[in-house]
Amino acid sequence: MTEMRRPLGPIIRRPHVLRARLLFAAQLVFTLLLAAFLIVPAGLSMLAGVTENYFIGVRSGLTLRWLAQVWELYADTILRSFVIAIATLVVTIVIGLPAAYALHRRGDRVARLVEEIITLPLAIPGLAIALALLLSYGNFSDFRRSWLFILVGHVIFTLPFMVRSIMAVLAAVNINLLDEGAASLGASPWQRFRDVIVPNVKPGLLAGSLMVVTLSLGEFNLTWMLHTPLTKTLPVGLADSYASMRLEVASAYTLVFFIMIIPLLVAMQFMAGRGGLTGGRR
Amino acid sequence: MVVAFFLLPMARLIVTGASGPSGIAAYAAILVEPRYRATLINTVVLATATTAAALVVSTIAALFLQRHRFPGRSLLIALLTFPLALPGVVIGFLIILLAGRQGLIGDVTAFAFGEKWVFAYSMQGLFLGYLYFSIPRVILTVMAAVEKLDPALEEAARTLGAQPWAVHRDVILPALMPAFIASGAIAFATAMGAFGTAFTLATNVNVLPMLIYTEFTLSANIAMAAALSVGLGLVTWAALALARSAGGTVAAAG
Repeated sequence: MTEMRRPLGPIIRRPHVLRARLLFAAQLVFTLLLAAFLIVPAGLSMLAGVTENYFIGVRSGLTLRWLAQVWELYADTILRSFVIAIATLVVTIVIGLPAAYALHRRGDRVARLVEEIITLPLAIPGLAIALALLLSYGNFSDFRRSWLFILVGHVIFTLPFMVRSIMAVLAAVNINLLDEGAASLGASPWQRFRDVIVPNVKPGLLAGSLMVVTLSLGEFNLTWMLHTPLTKTLPVGLADSYASMRLEVASAYTLVFFIMIIPLLVAMQFMAGRGGLTGGRR
Repeated sequence: MVVAFFLLPMARLIVTGASGPSGIAAYAAILVEPRYRATLINTVVLATATTAAALVVSTIAALFLQRHRFPGRSLLIALLTFPLALPGVVIGFLIILLAGRQGLIGDVTAFAFGEKWVFAYSMQGLFLGYLYFSIPRVILTVMAAVEKLDPALEEAARTLGAQPWAVHRDVILPALMPAFIASGAIAFATAMGAFGTAFTLATNVNVLPMLIYTEFTLSANIAMAAALSVGLGLVTWAALALARSAGGTVAAAG
């Protein structure tokens, strides 16, 4: 409110105060409407998922029947999504942590080129990546049929987030100095990795992990192309239900997804609020 | 790992794009063949409109949120940024709940004007869905830029007698230009490549990702699908390179 700091006398200040208030109210209403546009449909879908008959409305009564039906129809997709998300997380940490450390240590032109390549999947639509994978590995039918095929897609898509998130922290804490200090005190490379690097990158690792799990749980663009009838994930099942199930079932299924994803989103917001050490402000 | 599962497949994709009956000309067909060109134009128009709308509404909200401190502000920010990691399919479904046959907008307009507005499956519905996932991305970048604005410039303009509108036009908006370019390019790239939302909503509308999908699965025109996705990938990659050169860092997932 720079209005208040104006070094002008009280005579012309009053209409300004009134105008500032009006402007404040108008902008607040606008911002609230914008938030409503994002939140109301999400609320509607959660409500519809527990409503007996959405066409009639809430007065038809609330029920858990649709949720039970979702569990019956789609439990396997929910479990599979969890398995894939955890596996994606493990793989991205195992590859991403050493990769981020190495890229940060080297910091030369080769390192920057490798970083470019690792983060390239961010810039290419999942559909194109999925097509590329299908064309290259679609003929290895055992691999094609297993959930590992989807895992590969998810790792390619989420690895950039993990690497960036860790590299952001590495850049912030001056890890090279700490590392060299430990080395000059006689610590072995493995000891340094375990006792110096890992504890220091924890915030980045945590932020990256939250991002990876959230993205993997919700990944559709790649997964829709890569899945088979026996390797459906939750978002693939969601798309199915949107096309073929009644609105209440589709909503209940979406509700399950929200229940899974909202704690992760809240945790991410919390982390960002505490210092924003996520891979470049996400 | 990355080479085997990403670089090689991408190279394969580019080669496949040129391996159809028309060879390398498949890439030219994107621009020449009327059906592909119409879809391309459709997609570009939609993505541009989404970007423009997202920039306008997000900037108004971002300026407001950074200039005032009031109770509930951080909750409001959290609500405005929560769809960042929502998958496109879910966003498509939310638009159905908003503008579909049993949608909220239909109910409200039926009550207010006696006429039910149902547009989830049209270009407008798609636009609304794209706007939905663009707003959080743009708001985050613009808010960060507003925070870094030098208040002295604004005050100097005011003390020199500039009207609030003139201050915005000549001082604030130019200073935010890099953020507009960065977040606008991200929003554009995301909208161009959005598959999930289109998959749920675009039953009557042709957009590029849906065209690629139908070429691949229904027509089994694999070479054309590959050529189209290489073209799409180039567009999104170029947009994001532009975003990065302007200092943007919010990635285009979804």
